[in-house]
Order: sequence, then C-alpha cells, then structure tokens
Amino acid sequence: MQLQQQPTEQADALDLMVNMGPQHPSTHGVFRVVIWVDGERIARAEPHIGYLHRGSEKLCEGELYSQIITLFDRLDYVGNLNCELAFVLAAEKLMSIEVPERAEYIRIILSELNRIASHMLFYGVYGLDVGAMTPVLYGFRERERIQELFESVTGARMMHNYFRIGGVKDDLPDDFPQRMRRLMEQLNQGIAECDELLSQNEMFLARTKGIGAISAQDALDFGMTGPALRASGVPEDVRISEPYGIYDRFDFGIPVGTYGDCWDRYYVRVEEMRQSMRIIEQAMAQMEPGPIMASDRRIARPRPPKGEVYVRTESPRGDFAVFLVSDGSDKPYRVKVRAPSFANLQAFKHLLRDAYVADAVVILGSIDIILGEVDR
Amino acid sequence: MDRIILLQSPFHPVYPVTMSISQATYIIIGAAALLVFLSVMVLALTWLERKALARIQMRMGPMRVGFHGALQPIADAMKLVSKEDILPSWADRRVYWLAPLAVFIPAFLLWVTIPVARDVALANLDLGLFYIVAISVLSVMGLVMAGWSSANKYAMLGGLRAAGQLVSYEIPFIMAILAVAMLAQTLNLREIVAAQSTFAYALILPLSVFLFLTAGLAELGRTPFDIHHAESEVVGGPFVEYSGAHWAVFFLAEYINTFTIAALTALLFLGGWGWPTMPFDGLAHSALSVLWFMLKTYAVILVIFWIRGTYPRLRIDQLMAFGWKLLVPLSFINIVLVGVVMFYGLPLWVLSLLSVVTLAVTFYIIVRNAGTRMERNTVSVYSAASLRR
Repeated sequence: MQLQQQPTEQADALDLMVNMGPQHPSTHGVFRVVIWVDGERIARAEPHIGYLHRGSEKLCEGELYSQIITLFDRLDYVGNLNCELAFVLAAEKLMSIEVPERAEYIRIILSELNRIASHMLFYGVYGLDVGAMTPVLYGFRERERIQELFESVTGARMMHNYFRIGGVKDDLPDDFPQRMRRLMEQLNQGIAECDELLSQNEMFLARTKGIGAISAQDALDFGMTGPALRASGVPEDVRISEPYGIYDRFDFGIPVGTYGDCWDRYYVRVEEMRQSMRIIEQAMAQMEPGPIMASDRRIARPRPPKGEVYVRTESPRGDFAVFLVSDGSDKPYRVKVRAPSFANLQAFKHLLRDAYVADAVVILGSIDIILGEVDR
Repeated sequence: MDRIILLQSPFHPVYPVTMSISQATYIIIGAAALLVFLSVMVLALTWLERKALARIQMRMGPMRVGFHGALQPIADAMKLVSKEDILPSWADRRVYWLAPLAVFIPAFLLWVTIPVARDVALANLDLGLFYIVAISVLSVMGLVMAGWSSANKYAMLGGLRAAGQLVSYEIPFIMAILAVAMLAQTLNLREIVAAQSTFAYALILPLSVFLFLTAGLAELGRTPFDIHHAESEVVGGPFVEYSGAHWAVFFLAEYINTFTIAALTALLFLGGWGWPTMPFDGLAHSALSVLWFMLKTYAVILVIFWIRGTYPRLRIDQLMAFGWKLLVPLSFINIVLVGVVMFYGLPLWVLSLLSVVTLAVTFYIIVRNAGTRMERNTVSVYSAASLRR
C-alpha cells in the first residue's frame, strides 16, 4: 500500500496525510481540510474552500434589486431569512425607505425564529460530530416545527423569498397567533429537552471542554464574530452595538462564554435560542395590525440613487454584512457580502493546534460554518 | 474404515489427526445449525436495535416490510447480498478478501462452547472460558487486515485504532472473567452456571459486571467506544471500502459479537438458565432454559442499545486513559478482593460489600475529579440593557 507521504517544511516526513473532505460526512458540506497526522495527533492542517462557489456576488450584478433577495436565500441556507434581511435593509438604507411597523415586527419574529432553527440544526449536527446519534433527531424535530410555521407564512420551508424592499411579501396568516403560541410552548420545552440531553453529559464535556480554545484577542484578530466570538468572552452583538430594525426596543440577553472552547461555543448557541425566544415573545406582544409594505412608488422597480452603503446584521453565525454599490440603475453595481462563516473559518487552522484527529471534527462543528456562505 | 484423516504430516506419519465419521457428521450438522441459529439471532438483533433506537429517538423505526418492519432485516440482507463487491484498485487483494472471514470466523467459533441451556451446546469444553478468551482476541487481526489492505487512510486509521483499543481492553475483560472463574473454581460454562444456582454472580461481583460490560463494549466497538469505525471521523474505519456481501459479513460478525457479550454476561453474572429458579427437568428444562437465557441476554442487549442511544463517543486518548488508568487497576483490585475473600474463607456477602464499596469509591473519585477539572457552566448571559450605552 502506498502511503503518499508528503514531506513539507512544517510536517514531518513520516506524518500521514489524510484528506478530509470534500466528501466527508462531518465537514458540513463541501469543505476540505488536508491534515497531516502524527499517530492520532494533527501535525499540520491545510483547509481548502471554494467547492460551493456559485459566483453569487457576481450574479447579483445582473439581477434587478427585487430579484436579488432570492439569491441571498441561498447564501446561508440554514438562516435564509437573516440573509434576506441584510440585503433588504441595505437596499432600504440606500433608498431611504421607511418600513411600516408591522413589517418590522414580522421580520424580527421570523428572523429570530430562523436563528433558533439554525441553532437547532447546529445542535443536532454537533451531537453527530461528537458521536451521539440521538440529539440530531431532537434538534431536527424543533427545526421542523419552525419550518412548518415558515411554510404557512412564506409558502416555502427554506428558500422563502419573503422579505421585500420596503416590507414583506404577504401579511401573516389569520391563525398565526395560535400557531405561534403552540410553537412557543413546544420550543420552550424542546430547547430545555435538548439542553438536558447533551449539555452536561459527562462524555460530551470531556470531548468539548478545553478543546479548540481561542483567546478573545486571537478571536478578534481573526475577525471572528457571532457566537464563536462571544464564546471567547467578548460581548459583541450587532443587534446591540449597531441596532438595526427595531432591535433597540427589546430586552434580551447576550450569552457570553469564558474560555472560547468548543463547549462555550456550543452553549452560547443554546442560550441564544432562549434569548431569541424572549425577543419573539416581546415582539408578539407588541405587534399590531397595519400595513406591511411601505407606500412608496419607488419600490415597484427599485432604482436606488447613486451611492454605496454597508449594513451589518447579526445572522445566526455572526456579523453578516452587505456592501451595496448603486450606479443609479435598476441593477446594483456591486454587491459584496461579508460572510461570518468565512471569517470564522479562518481561525480553524489556528484552533487545530495540538488537536487530535477526532477533535478536528468537533472543532469544525463548533464554528458552525455554512459552505453556501463561505464560498458564495 | 470409520475414521477420516484430517491432517497427516509427511514428516510424522505416525500420528495422523483423525476423526470418526459420526464425529465429522456431528460437527458439520452442528456448525450448520449454529450458523442458522446465529443468523436468525443477528436478524432479530438488527431489527431490535433499530426499533429500540427509534423509540429512544421518537421515531417509529422500520414499519413497511412485514408487521412493524419485522421482515426488514431479510430485505436488508437480500439487498446487501445482491450488491456489487467492490475491490479498490490499490487494495491488497488477498488480504482484502480474507479480512471479513478473519473477523467472522472467531465470532462464530466462540459459539461452539457457549451453552444456551444445560444440555444445549455444541461442545461442552472444560476449558470453555479459556477457549473464549483465546478465540475472541483473534478478531483484531481481521480488523487490522481490513484496515491495512483497503489502501485507504481512513480505513488504516480505523484499523490501527481498533488494534490499540481491542488489545488494551483485553486485560480488564479477561480479569473480570478470571474473578468468576476463581469463584466458581471451574472454566466450564455449564458448571459456572450451576455454581450460581443460589446467587447470581452479579450480586457477589458487581465490580466484575461493571468491568466486563465496559470492557465488553470496548471490545465490541460500540458506543461510547465506537472509535475505530467512528462515522464522523474515519467514516466507518476498516469497513469503509467494503460493500455488498463482504460488508455484510463484517456486520454479521459485529452483531454476533454483541450477542456473545450479552450471552456471556447472562451466563457468567446473571446465572444463565439456573438462577433464580428452574424447577423442571428433561425437555421442559431445556425449553424453559433457552427462554430464560434468551430473556436475560436480550435484557443485556437492550442496555447496550440504550447506551448507544444516549452517549457521545470518547476520543482515543480518553479511551486509552480510561482503560489503562481506571479499568486495569480496578480489575486487579477485583482479583485481589476475590482472592482475599476466598483465601480466608470469608462469607460471600463480604465480597459483595467490598465490591460495591470499591465501585462507589471509584465513581466518587471520577465525579469529584470531573467536577474539579472543569467548571460545568462557563457561559453567562449579559443583559442587553447593560451593554447598550
């Protein structure tokens, strides 16, 4: 048998090169990392991205503003509405459109629900990464409930195309409050169950505590954002530091970790689900009937004035920002997406220092990347 | 001539190994019967595992083929057998095809001496336990062969992991068995069961049960010790390149081994068919024995499935540390305890007490160490109001 040893500067000549991905079950898509292992330890790792590159940013330049929303759905395909939100916010800021109250509330409720759905998916898949097979079914049960609600509101389970520049596509269905009440009960119970199943499991602690730790300074230097940064002890959240929409009206908490290890990154997300529930509860209580689209003629075929805008939002994975340049026509001149997964993934190589092969999977899972967003 | 010559060395023609025809017939029929029995058990096991896991995971499990999916295993078996056997172009052909057999044959051979009732066993060996220990070690070979010959790095990592893991856990595994042998004063499985007619050894040797089941799970490579075929890391380990019937043979061996560990637990610690009572004799004795034995075996198997549905996987270094730093010392303590009690002729409840105390102290130390080693919850929630300026 040939061992394909690849002597390099960093790796020892006797190290075994293992190619994890792009067809590996735990790379969360088509991510590829080449690792040189010394026994069970990782001597060197080389991540490769780009397998899911679809040229989304370039595609945006050829589409009308209203058609771009659906492309944004496909960036972070687990937090679709959060992506849509970032784009419509950017376009609205460029055109200085005032969005009706009700639309703002609908957006907040749906994007926070989507955050929970995304974290639930993370929770389940993370269970698989550490080798527990049951959490994934619990996580998916909750996510499925949220998606059912999305289906009733937007007509689609994942690729919603629901937010519009100036509001949202349709008003909520009549039975939305009832559905929501039931969903909230189920979710509260579901989050508690999930937490109980995995978080304090002795073996789970052994697998995640102290693994892949990153200091606050390093995390900031790598440009990490979102739960991955907050786990290192930095209470940075765009919803607080640079509020968009109506986030300044809600009282909620920002979970912050201590050591920035895998467990902190995991549990910050579990806590975040609870905080999202608080936001949704408040929003449901405050929401009132009213128009859902701005009464502005320009939104029929948006032609933003010449200029550029940079809008930051807090997606489930971190600081999801859109840089939008308009040349005054009905198609954007340039759309640049600042994807949190992409920035967070940069730290992966750093996190893999002195890790075991089994840790690589756990660390990658804890960053919670979505390749659709990394490669765009 | 009523004897057939099995082996005759040209250098020592004086001592040919021979066998009578009736013996040969017995062996052939017995092996065939055993194969059928084990296959049926494996089919039942796969169905049971899927159903049990499904229950834990709020699913239904297989429901389509037959009543509640009862025929699903047969459908699966047919699917596996009809699939193509793929040979990777870099593979070491002979080793690659031999590996499944090298795993399966030891698993199968173990059952030659395992009795399912007092009078129902292929061969009642006086050195039964010794034979089991000796044969069970062999299956490591097959896994390493599979891992090496596949010419796949995941497979090789998995194969080497299997070697390390299985060899390390042999010691506590054998030591736990040894305690039973000391207590029963025999290596014959039938007599070990007979020795438990008043008290099952699980009551006298809880420490041994713990050691045996833990080391047994590691030997099987089942959760939380399924490190050598961890799907999220080495994608199935040694089996990653196998498909079709050859993969099915690995699968068969794995489930036979699971069944073996459960059966051995029932025989060595739960009193087999004898304990707590077996009033009948003759045919009724055999029939009820089988039932009683199966009940106990399947109870143990359900525990194994339950663990699979609950726990994450350990890392290889944690597994080794757990084996060498905890299970091996514990297994020696266990032997010493049994030895002391037997040497001084103390009553058995003393052993039972000592065993429980040792277990309790161990668990206390583990929990305390785990508690001091790490803070349980390191995530705190800042309120938005405190962060807004």
